[in-house]
Amino acid sequence: MSSDVGLAPVLTSLWDHPQSWTLKTYLDNGGYQGLRQALTMAPADIVQAVKDSGLRGRGGAGFPTGMKWGFLPPDDGGPRYLVVNADESEPGTCKDIPLMMATPQYLIEGVAITSFAIGCTHAFIYVRGEVVHVYRRLLNAVEEAYAAGYLGKNILGSGFDLDVTVHAGAGAYICGEETALLDSLEGRRGQPRLKPPFPAVAGLYARPTVVNNVESVASVPQIIAQGAQWFTSMGTEKSAGHGIFSLSGHVERPGQYEAPLGITLRELLGMAGGMRGGRPLKFWTPGGSSTPLFTDEHLDVPLDYESVGAAGSMLGTRALQIFDDTTSVVRAVTRWTEFYAHESCGKCTPCREGTYWLKQVLRRIEAGQGTPGDIEKLLDLCDNILGRAFCALGDGATSCITSAIKYFREEFEAGMHTPAAELFPPQRTALFDYTPRTTALTAVGGH
Amino acid sequence: MSDDITITIDGIETQVPKGSLVIRAAENLGIDIPRFCDHPLLEPAGACRQCLVDVEMPDREGNLRAMPKPQASCTLAVSPGMVVRTQKTSAVADKAQKGVLELLLINHPLDCPVCDKGGECPLQNQALSHGHPDSRFTDVKRTFPKPIKISTQILLDRERCVLCQRCTRFSQQIAGDAFIDLQQRGAMQQIGRFDAKVLGFADEYNLDDLPEEGDTITRTATDTPTGPAQLDESGETFSSYFSGNTIQICPVGALTSAAYRFRARPFDLVSTPAISEHDSSGSAIRVDHRRGTVMRRLAGNDPAVNEEWITDKDRFAFTWQNAPGRITTPMIRERGDGGFRGELREASWGEALAYAAAGITRARNNHQQPTATNRVGNGVAVLPGGRLTIEDSYAYAKFARVALGTNDIDARARVHSSEELQFLGSQVAGQGIGVTFGDLEHADTVVLVGFEPEEEGGVVFLRLRKAARTGKLATYAIAPYASRGVQRIHGSTVITTPPGEEAALLAALAQESTESTELSDLHTALHTKDASRILVLGERLAAHPGAYSAAVRLAAATGSRIAWIPRRVGERAAVDMGALPSLLPGGRPVEDPGARVDIAAVWNVEHLPTSAGRDTNAIMTALAQGDVRALVVGGLQLEDLPDPTQAHNALDVADFVVSLEVRASDVTTYADVVLPVAPPTEKAGAYWNWEGRVRPFGRALTTSALPDHRVLSLLADALGAPINTADLAAVRGEIDSLDRWDGVRMSAPGNQAASGPKPGPGEAILASWHTLLDDGALQISEPYLAGTAKTPVARMSATLAARCDITESDHVTVSTEHGSITVPVVITDMPVNVVWLPLMSPSSHVHRMLNARSGDIVRVTRAADSTDLQGGDQ
Repeated sequence: MSSDVGLAPVLTSLWDHPQSWTLKTYLDNGGYQGLRQALTMAPADIVQAVKDSGLRGRGGAGFPTGMKWGFLPPDDGGPRYLVVNADESEPGTCKDIPLMMATPQYLIEGVAITSFAIGCTHAFIYVRGEVVHVYRRLLNAVEEAYAAGYLGKNILGSGFDLDVTVHAGAGAYICGEETALLDSLEGRRGQPRLKPPFPAVAGLYARPTVVNNVESVASVPQIIAQGAQWFTSMGTEKSAGHGIFSLSGHVERPGQYEAPLGITLRELLGMAGGMRGGRPLKFWTPGGSSTPLFTDEHLDVPLDYESVGAAGSMLGTRALQIFDDTTSVVRAVTRWTEFYAHESCGKCTPCREGTYWLKQVLRRIEAGQGTPGDIEKLLDLCDNILGRAFCALGDGATSCITSAIKYFREEFEAGMHTPAAELFPPQRTALFDYTPRTTALTAVGGH
Repeated sequence: MSDDITITIDGIETQVPKGSLVIRAAENLGIDIPRFCDHPLLEPAGACRQCLVDVEMPDREGNLRAMPKPQASCTLAVSPGMVVRTQKTSAVADKAQKGVLELLLINHPLDCPVCDKGGECPLQNQALSHGHPDSRFTDVKRTFPKPIKISTQILLDRERCVLCQRCTRFSQQIAGDAFIDLQQRGAMQQIGRFDAKVLGFADEYNLDDLPEEGDTITRTATDTPTGPAQLDESGETFSSYFSGNTIQICPVGALTSAAYRFRARPFDLVSTPAISEHDSSGSAIRVDHRRGTVMRRLAGNDPAVNEEWITDKDRFAFTWQNAPGRITTPMIRERGDGGFRGELREASWGEALAYAAAGITRARNNHQQPTATNRVGNGVAVLPGGRLTIEDSYAYAKFARVALGTNDIDARARVHSSEELQFLGSQVAGQGIGVTFGDLEHADTVVLVGFEPEEEGGVVFLRLRKAARTGKLATYAIAPYASRGVQRIHGSTVITTPPGEEAALLAALAQESTESTELSDLHTALHTKDASRILVLGERLAAHPGAYSAAVRLAAATGSRIAWIPRRVGERAAVDMGALPSLLPGGRPVEDPGARVDIAAVWNVEHLPTSAGRDTNAIMTALAQGDVRALVVGGLQLEDLPDPTQAHNALDVADFVVSLEVRASDVTTYADVVLPVAPPTEKAGAYWNWEGRVRPFGRALTTSALPDHRVLSLLADALGAPINTADLAAVRGEIDSLDRWDGVRMSAPGNQAASGPKPGPGEAILASWHTLLDDGALQISEPYLAGTAKTPVARMSATLAARCDITESDHVTVSTEHGSITVPVVITDMPVNVVWLPLMSPSSHVHRMLNARSGDIVRVTRAADSTDLQGGDQ
C-alpha cells in the first residue's frame, strides 16, 4: 500500500452537512440506492457480494460479515432475526455513537438490506442506554424511514416486509457481548450465554440470529450500490474497505477519521495536527482499552487486522487513545482496570474476582504503596484470567496490564515507593485546573 | 455401541456416549476434575471455571490441534478423537485450576470453623486438594451484612457464596418456584431475592423488612407460607416444598437451614442410608446422627426413584420421633366399675403383654354367638395404620388371622370404600413393580385423577415437571382447579371438575368419541394406541363412588396403564401384605379357598377365617354397636379417619384397646394397654413404595425400642397363638417364601357413578385434600418447617363468592350441622358450586371440625367479623 493514502469518507461523508441526520439529506446524496438495487437481487447474491467485498466485522473481532450471514441454517419457515449491536461502551471507542447521531439512515438502509439478504422480517437495534440523544435520533430516523416506505410492509413495492425495533439498553458493558446482548434484549439478566448453540443457530428467542456491529451494517449499502470491487479497492488484501479511526487523547484535533484500513498512526496524526503541544507520544491503544498497548515504536504499523496482530495487539474497534509523556501509564491502566472491575458481569470466577483483585493491587501501586512481588502477582493474575474467563471481557481486562508492564515496567516498580501523582503530576496533563476528589489510597478498599 | 465416541483422557482411551460432557467422561474413568457449578442434574452453566482442562482436537486432516485456551469440561461435549489432559497430566490445566481456586477464595470468609459446611465442603476440600497452600491476597475482602432469611427454614449467607448458581438453577429448572436470583454485577454480584436496597430502587418498594412472626400476611392471591418469607420471583411470598435441596447442593456454606445451623460438625456425624417415611414415594435419604440424636437428614441419590431430590418434609420432619410425648415403656390402664378408665401406669413388658392378652381373650370370649347383625369377626379388630414397613404390615396381617382369627383388619386410616378395596385387590395387590418414576418420565400422556402432584406426591411432582420440561410429556389434571403445582408442570392442562364428577368424566373419556371440546385433546391422547399413557389415581377417589371403576374401564378401553399413588408410605405394603379385610399377602383374596390354603400352609395353621372382614368404617360402627369389643391399633390418628367423632365414641365404648405407638396420640386416651414401638430410625425394615419397589433401610439408631412386628409376635405368644415374626430376617424369609399368586384375583370394581348431591342456595360441594405440610402427626416440633407450610385458605369461584356476598378481603365460614371452619378466602378459577379447604391444616381440620368428606354439601357464608378470626380455632 502507498504511504500517502488519505481519508476515505464514506459513512462520514455527510457529517458536515447542516442537517446530516435527515432522510432528505440522505436521499439527496444517493441514499437508499443500495436498498433499491438489493431488492432486485436474489438474497443469496447479496450475501455473496458482501462475502466478495471482504467486509469484516467492525465491532472488534473482525469476523467476515458475509460468512457470518452464511452460517444461518436453511430457512425452516420460522422467524430469523437481525440484531444490530449498538451497545458501544468500550473505553476509547466512539465511532458508532457519532455515526448514528450524524447519519442514522446509513444504518437503517444497511438493516433493510441485511434483513432482506438473510430473510429477516424483524430487526432490532440495541442501543447503549446512556446515549439518550442518539436513541431519540435513531427512533426518529426509523419513523422517517417507515413513513417513506423504506421500512414496514411491502418495502418499495417489493413485497418485502420489515419491522425495526430500537431498544435502549440499561447501561452494561457486558451487553456488548453478543449473547449477553440477546439475553438483555429478551428481558433477562445480561450475561453471556453458553455457546454452542451459537446465535446463528439459536439466538434471539432461540431462533437463528445475525448479530452485527453498527458500522458493519452501515457499510453494506455502499457495497451493494458501488460493488464489492469498489470496496476492495480500499484497504489491504485481507482487511478491505474503509473504517472509522477514532483518535482521542493528547492530539491536536481528536475526532473520527474515516480512512482505508492499513493507514498508520503516523499518517493519522499528520491529519490530526500531531500530538498536543508537540509533546512526544508515549503509548496508545490501537483498538480500545481491551487491546494491548502500543508505543512510539509502532507509529508505522499499518492499521489492518493482520499487521496489528503481528505487532502484538489487535485492531479492535480502531479506537486510538493517544497518551503523551506527561501521562502515568500506571494511572491510565488503573482507571481502565477499575472500569473492567465495575463492568464485569460477575458470571465467571476469573473475571469477577480477578478484576476485583487487580484493581486493588493497581490502586496500591498508583498510590506508591506497592509491595515487592506485586508486579509478578499482577502478571500471574492476568495469566490466570486470560483465556480462563467465560467471555472476552476478562481477556480484555488483562491486555492493558500485561502490555503496560511489558513496555513500562519501571513505572510499576516506582509504584513500590512513589505515588504516580508525584512522578506524573496530573496537572501537567490536564487542560484545566486539577482538583483530585480523593487520593488513590483511600479508594483502595472501595468497590 | 455405534453411538459411542472414542476420546482420550490423561492418556486413557475411553468410549463414551455421544453428547457426553468431558467432565462426566472423566468421572467414568475415575479422574476427578474439581468443580463447583457443575451438577449432573442441572443444565451446565460454565460459571465457576474450576473444571478447566487442556483439550486437543483433530482437524479435518486428522492432525491434533490444541485448542487455544483451556476448556471448561462441564460444558464441553465430547467429539471423536478428542484428547483431554486434566490437571493430572497438563501443567496448563493445573495452573488454570489453581488460579481459579485462588480467585474463588479471595472473597470467601475464613469462617470454616463455625460454618455448617466445614468438613464436607467442596470448596474446602478442593482448596486443600487442588489449591495453593498460601494465599497471595493481602487486600480488602468484600463483605456483606448478616444472613438473609429467605424463609423460616432457609438462610442465605452471601459472603460465603461462590456464585455457582446451583441454587438458582435448581429453583428454576427442577422445582419451578424460583425465589432467588443473581443481582448486581462484578464482585458485588450476589444471590438474593427482590431487594429494593440491593437493586437501588426507591424506598416505595420497601420490601426489606420481613413481617414479624405472628403478623398476618395479607397476600393470599396464591399459596403463601404461614411463616415470614421473602418474596419470590413473581412478587409473591416465597413458598417452596423443595427449598431444602438448595442447601444440600450448595458447594459452600452459603445456604443453611435454620434447624441445623450451628448444631453439629459433619465429622462428628454418623450417616445411615434410609428411606423417608413421609410419603409413598419412598425417597432415599441419609440420616445423620450424633450420639444417639438425629441431627439432620439429607437426600440420598437414587436415580430410579427420587434422583437427588427430596421434599422439605422428608428432609426436616424427623423431630417427631424423639419429641416430648414419645412412649418408651409399656403402660397399663386398669378399669374401674362400669368400664371407668383409670390412669395409665408404667408396666413391665411381661405384665403389659399378659394384661393385653387377657383383655383380648376376654373380649373374644364375650363375643361368641354370631348375631343377626354380626356374621363375621370374633369381637376383636385391628387397625394397623398406613405408615408401616413391609415386615410390620405382614406381622399385622398374620397377627389378625392367626392370633386373633379375624379378617377385621384395615390399614386405611382415611376415606376409603369397598370399591377401592376391589380396585386394590384387582389392580394393585401382588402385581409387583408396575408404573415407575421412569415410566412417568417417559410417558406421552399422564392423567392425574384425585391426585394433586405436589401436595400429595412430593417428588412425583418433580419427576412430572422434569418430563414435561425436558421431554414430551403432556399432563392432564382432572381437578377442581389448577393448583400451583399443576401450573408449574409445563404444558399441563386442567380439566376443572367438581369432586364427585370424576367417574362421569372418566366414563365419557372411555367412549369411542367425545363431543366435548374441553375433553377432545385428552380423548385423542388417551386413544392414541402406540403412545405411552398413564392414569395416576390418588387415594381420594375412594370418596367418589364409581370413580375407581370408571378409571379401570377407561384403562381397559384405551390400553392405558394405571398407577395408584396413595399418600402414606405404608399403603402399598398394607395392600400387598394383606393388612386389608379381603386380602391375604400377595394379592390373594380372603374368600378364595386356594389362597387360604396357600397362606395357611406357610403360616402353619389349620385354617384361616373364611369371610371377608370389616373395613375401617365398619369396624368403628361395629365397635359402637358392641359387635366388636376389642381393638388393636397401630400408628394412626383418629383425626385422619373419615368420621373422627364416631371413632372417638367407638373407642370410648370399646371393652379393650391395645395401642402400639411411638408417641402418645388420641388413641392413647382410650388405650388399656400401650405398647411402645420403634420409630423408623430405630428399626430396620423395608417400605414398599407406590411403584411396587421394595425400599429396604437399616437401623440408624440402636435403642431398646422394638419394631411392631416383634411386639406383635410377643403379643401373639402371650395369646397362645405364635406368629413368629420377632426376627426381621425370619419375617423376610417367610415373605420371600410366598409364591406368586397365580389364582384368581379379586374382580375389578363395577360400580356406577352415583349422581352427586346438588347444592342449594348458600351451599357448595366440598373439595379437600392434604397439603404437604399441615397438622400431620409426623411434622410436630419443627417450627422452622411449619413456617413454610401454606396458609390455610378457602378457595371458591368469583361467582360463588359473589352469591355469598364474599370478597377477597373477607374470611369465609364453611359449615355443616357438625361445625364450622373459618379461614381467609382466595378467589380461584374453579367450578361455581365448589369450595376447597385444606384437609388438615391449622384451623381447617375438615374431618373433625365439619364431619364432612370431599364431595359432601357444605354451607358457605361470610364470616361474621373477619377481623376477630385471625387465629383459627387451634
